[in-house]
This record gives sequence, structure tokens and C-alpha cells, in this order.
Amino acid sequence: MKTVFEYTKGMNETITSYCPGCTHGIAHRLVMECLEEKGLLDDTIGVAPIGCSINSHRFMDVDMCESAHGRAPAIATAIKRVHPDKFVFTYQGDGDLASIGTCEIVQAAHRGEKFCTFFINNAIYGMTGGQCAPTTLIGQKTTTTIEGRTVAHNGKPIRMSELLATIDGAKYVERVALDSPAHVRQAKKAVMRAIEVQEKKLGFAFVEFLSTCPTNWGLSPVKACEWLRDNMIPYYPLGVIKCPEEVK
Amino acid sequence: MAKKLMKGNEAFAKAAICAGCRYYFGYPITPQSELTEYMSHALFEVGGEFVQAESELAAISMIYGAGLSGGRVLGSSSSPGIALMQEGISFACSTEVPFVMINVSRGGPGVGTIQPGQADYYQATRGGGNGDYHVIVYAPASIQEGVQMVYDAFDTADKFRNPVMILADGMLGQMMEPVELPPMKEPLKEEDIPKVKPWALCGKGVRGHKNVIKSLELKPEALEERINAYWPKFDQMRKELTSYEAYNLEGAEVVFVAYGSTSRIVREAIDLLAKDGIKAGLIRPISLWPYPYDAFDKIGKECKAVISCELSMGQMIDDVKLGAKDRWPVSLIGKVGGMLLTPVEIAEGAKKQLGVK
Amino acid sequence: MATHKLMIAGFGGQGVLLIGQMIAYAAVKEGKEVTWMPSYGPEMRGGTANCTVVVSDKPIAAPLITEATAVVAMNGPSLDKFESMVIPGGDLFVNSSQPDCEAHRTDVNVHNVDLVRIADDLGNQKVANMVMLGAIVRTTGVVSLDSVKEVIREKMTGKKAALVPLNEQALESWTK
Repeated sequence: MKTVFEYTKGMNETITSYCPGCTHGIAHRLVMECLEEKGLLDDTIGVAPIGCSINSHRFMDVDMCESAHGRAPAIATAIKRVHPDKFVFTYQGDGDLASIGTCEIVQAAHRGEKFCTFFINNAIYGMTGGQCAPTTLIGQKTTTTIEGRTVAHNGKPIRMSELLATIDGAKYVERVALDSPAHVRQAKKAVMRAIEVQEKKLGFAFVEFLSTCPTNWGLSPVKACEWLRDNMIPYYPLGVIKCPEEVK
Repeated sequence: MAKKLMKGNEAFAKAAICAGCRYYFGYPITPQSELTEYMSHALFEVGGEFVQAESELAAISMIYGAGLSGGRVLGSSSSPGIALMQEGISFACSTEVPFVMINVSRGGPGVGTIQPGQADYYQATRGGGNGDYHVIVYAPASIQEGVQMVYDAFDTADKFRNPVMILADGMLGQMMEPVELPPMKEPLKEEDIPKVKPWALCGKGVRGHKNVIKSLELKPEALEERINAYWPKFDQMRKELTSYEAYNLEGAEVVFVAYGSTSRIVREAIDLLAKDGIKAGLIRPISLWPYPYDAFDKIGKECKAVISCELSMGQMIDDVKLGAKDRWPVSLIGKVGGMLLTPVEIAEGAKKQLGVK
Repeated sequence: MATHKLMIAGFGGQGVLLIGQMIAYAAVKEGKEVTWMPSYGPEMRGGTANCTVVVSDKPIAAPLITEATAVVAMNGPSLDKFESMVIPGGDLFVNSSQPDCEAHRTDVNVHNVDLVRIADDLGNQKVANMVMLGAIVRTTGVVSLDSVKEVIREKMTGKKAALVPLNEQALESWTK
């Protein structure tokens, strides 16, 4: 019999603690699958954020640490200095990266740090219970925007990929989505390219995953994928924003 | 070895390099910027890594990142910057990641002044960040002593897997004194980290199973167990690391307690008082945490007053009272604003306490 | 030797801190105890600057001083501020090229040093601080002139080595 699919060795055989329908699990698996295919699992150091995915180290079977809120890029900066030939990544949510940690992510990109950041954008704070994030869409109801986010009060949602792509040290920037099998396959290619950017020491690589948060959005897992497709993708367009010749 | 005239900030940086430190992350702030500047070139000369961070918040996270992946790492800042760094210091105590910090302190609160101050005593010794933990704190009184403290601090930090703070101040950072530098130690090579620091993150391939460095414990019992487990370590630190200098205590009518740069000025005050026939002594805590409470048992029965001398409105005085245990009246000679106490002020203050004109 | 306590003050950029450092370096050469302590502040140029240098055979307690065996005033405001600090019988060095730079004390040894004129005579205004350094060292004996010259030769290397003779000449150019 021919094996057509195997659970990646990069993930523990544990059921994740994420809510049903949450796409963290898919993003975890994609990153670990790619590292396994690249033969990098033994030589990887990951940094987990504050947020739901602070638990990612329970599921990803690589060396990992937790970070103070938003500071993962600073921690990864130093890890890469101590272990320049290891694969180093941060895995961060939108509260962590696009709010409290904007300074660290922008400056890590600005220095052209040679690690990868996998950014989970689900337009809301998950772990703390559904508060407004900088990525929350206009009109979206959260526990701190109960009538829906307004431009007048909160401004428009921040597009981190576009922002980071303006920085010279960010060599690879792509936005993908986890709402459909086709998009998931595309996402895997993006993760692969980001890893290659680091392997070739070209600079900072960034992949943004549009993700779901069915619990805090108040939607079923299927409806959440539809909501992502109908609302997030139009505002956060998918695709490669920046890619160096060497990994095309 | 010939003595070399060096600025405190630069001598402390050089001492770290001699101790095998190869990583430094910092952010400019007066009066410690020369330390950051010195590291920016001196570390590259020995194959180390230097990053000028975007903020103290990032700097301490970098220090933390280097520490948790096995690097021998130094950080430094001055009071308001150290306040920002408490996030990472608390984190490192939680996860038992070693590193060495230098606070070239200045007067506060807020942005305060760039002139010397000793009002970070609470911040340093009481745990400036959140949670139950202790940072080992040493206070040098001279550049030479600071050099030795920095040199030894890395081994202490590694031994106890705990951050060590050197609490200097603007005077020590900015002044120059002749110093003898310690010998250069061989730095830890990247490939030797898993052997020396088996807990560090180096990629699981070096040991066949993954390492995780984590702070979060959602189960109350698990966190309780972890915090309880720190305490024997802190008790051991109290036994091994408590240090002080007792000067002129025998027969002293008045005993000053002072640390760091202020202790130097107290020595001049003691000479002034001697000219007036008043015998004064000094307890100089060298470790501020653990605090040398036992030093107070060395005070003789002639003592009529114990005086805490600090560049603050009275912070160490809390520990002085704990050490004095109501055996003598304890009072304060303090000064704030960034000014140093003068020997005359201290001598006059002591006379007032003794009721001598 | 007695303990020398020097206060050296002037505008930032006049080489005030350097004068103090040169004395400190020379003192280390002579195996003496020494501390050098600068005033420090946000002004890099033009503001006031000062440093204190204490040189002794014995360990030095405090690097800051409340009275000085010698005060060096490189400008009027520094003289106003520090003239009273000199102990009776001590030395007061005044940069007499500066306006409003006239000493009032009669119980100290006042040394007027016309820095600009002397430096002009040497053909380089930049050595004015070395003229003052020479005046201090030769008058107070805080360190020997030879030690200072040795420091100059050690510090001025490469392209600057050509300036060593001029600097050494400057050290000896002031006469009472």
C-alpha cells in the first residue's frame, strides 16, 4: 500500500487545545510539515507569543520558548545571534504582533533579521476573550466594540503585510488564507519559500495567515470560513507582496 | 598587571568581555551610554554580537533570548530604562534564565534627572517586576570593585540560573579610576552550549528530545510547585552570596550604613568626625539582595545611633531597621535631585543625632 | 605628597575634560591614586563643563570635592561659580583671554594665563588647553611634566604624532 498522507513528525500526537474550527491547528501543521520536509526539525528554535498560541510549544515538536507579549521578534533576534545556523521562527497572533509588538516586528524587519515570522490574523483577540484588535474589520462586533468597530473611533484596520513590505530588510512577504483546501495548499508554498529565505540568509521573511476564530466571532466553523472569505479577503488581499529572485 | 585609567561604564563593559560575555543588547540612556558604545566595537573585536535595540523592552527580550539559548549575555541601562526592562527580568526569573544586568542609576521618579541617584533600591531589591522572585543585587563602591563584580556575576548567574544585577550609579559610571583588569576567560563555544547548559534551546537534534522554556502555568498547583521550588535556591543564595564590609565598628558611637558611591563619601565624614573626637563606623552592604542583616550584630554597645545614608528619601533604611531590630535608633541622611551628599552634611547630621554641637 | 583636589571648569569644547584626563593619566603612570569625575549633561558643545581630579598617595574616598587645592577657570561663569572653592593659599588659574574673567580673591595664588595670545604665538589656537595644562602641572606639581609628556606621546599616534612637538612646546609656553 502506498502512503498518501502522514501526520507530520513535527507535531506531537496530542489533540490541540484550540477551539473547534480554529485554524491555528492548520497553521501549526503547515509550518511543521515544511520543516520536516526540509529536514530542519532537529535544528529549529521557535518562539511562541502571548495569546492562544502561547501553547504552540505543546504541539510543535521542536525546541521552543514563550515570549512576553509582543516581544517574540526581539527574542528571536538574539537566538539567531547565538545560533546563526539554526532555523529560528516566531509564531504570533494579531494582538501580539499588530498591537503590543508592532515596534519589535517593524524593527526586526528593519534590521533585516534572518528569521521567519508566521503571523496569525483572525481580526480579534482570542485568548483574552474577543476584544477589538488593530486588525478587527470595520463594523465587526467585539467585546470592546459592542456596536461594531468604527473608523471615527478606532481608525481603519492595519495591514501588517503591506506595512512590513515597505521595509527594505523584509525580503519575503506573503499573505495567505486558511479557509479552503486550495488556500491551504497555497499557504504551504508560502511557508516553504519563507524557510528558504532564511536558509539562504537573505533577510526577514513574513507570512500572514488569515485565520478564523469561530468562538469569538460567534460563528460555526463552516460559517467562520465563509465570513473570512467574504469579509477578510476583500480587505486583506492574498498573494505575494514581496519575494526575492533567489526563491521564486 | 599595570593599572589602566578607565571610565566606570567602559571598565564594566570590558570586565564582561574578560568574563567571556559575547552578547550585548542595549539602548542609549544617560549616564550609561558609554557602556553601550564600548560594547558596539569591543564585542566585534572578539567575535561577539551587539545589537542596538529599538527600546529597553526589546533590549531585555534580546538579552532574554540570548540567555535562554545559552549565550553569556550582558545588559545595561539606567533607572527609567531598567523600569521598562522589568518585564523581561520577571520573565527570566520565572524561567530561570541567567544573565547579568548593570543599572547605572540616576535620580527619579519619572524621567527625573540624569545625575546620580540611589532611589532604585526598592526596584532592584524588592523585585521591580510582577510576581514572586528575587534578583541577586550587588553594589560596587569603586570601579575596581565593579569590575570584579561584573566578572564574577556571570558565573553566579549561571550557577543559580538567575539574573544578577549590578547596581551602580551615575557617579561610578562616569568617573575614571585606575583599574586592574581580570584575565580573559575562554568564551563558551556554540557547540559546547548543550553540554554546559543542557536546559538551553539549541535545536532538539543535540539531545534527541525538545526543550521548552515556559513561564505560563495555568494549573494553580503546578505554578505553586514551581514557585516553591525557587525558594531553596534563594535560601542558598542567602547563605553563599551575602556580603558586606564593616569599617571602624569597634567602639563606634555612631554607625553609618551606606552602599555604592555614598559609602565613599561616608568614609570622609568618618574622618571629619574623628577630628572632633567622635568615633564613627560604617556598614557597607556589598550585596543588596541578599541583604547582610547579620552585619548589624557586629555593632558594639557604645553605639548610640545608626544612620542610613542614601541618595533617596529613605529606601534602604527599611532593611537597616530590619537589621537593627530596635537595638538603636535608626535615622536617615538622604539627598535627592541628583546631588551627592557631602562629607560635611553627613558629619553634621551625625552630630545632630548624637546631640553634639 | 598632599592630596591634590582640582576643579577644572569652562565652556564645553574648551578641552576642560581633557585637561583633567591628562592629569589623571599621568598620575596613573606615577603609580598614584586618582579619580576623575566629569560633570555630564545634555549639552555637547557650548554649555558649561567641569571635572574634578583628585590625586593622592592614599586611596581616595570621594571623587567629588567641596574645596579645591586648585581651581582652573577657563571662562567668566566658571570663575564666578568656583572661585570660592579654592582653599586659602591654594592656586587659582584664570583664562585671562576671556572677558569678565578677573579673580577677586587675595588669599590665594592667582595665575592669569592669556591662553589665546600664547596659543596664537604658537600658531595654533587648538593647543590653548595644553598651555593651561602645562601651567597647572608646573605650578602645582600634581604630576610631573615628564609624565604628562609621556601621556601625550602615547595618546597622539598616527597622523596626530606630528603634533607632539607643538603640544609639548605648549606645555612649557606660559611664564608668570
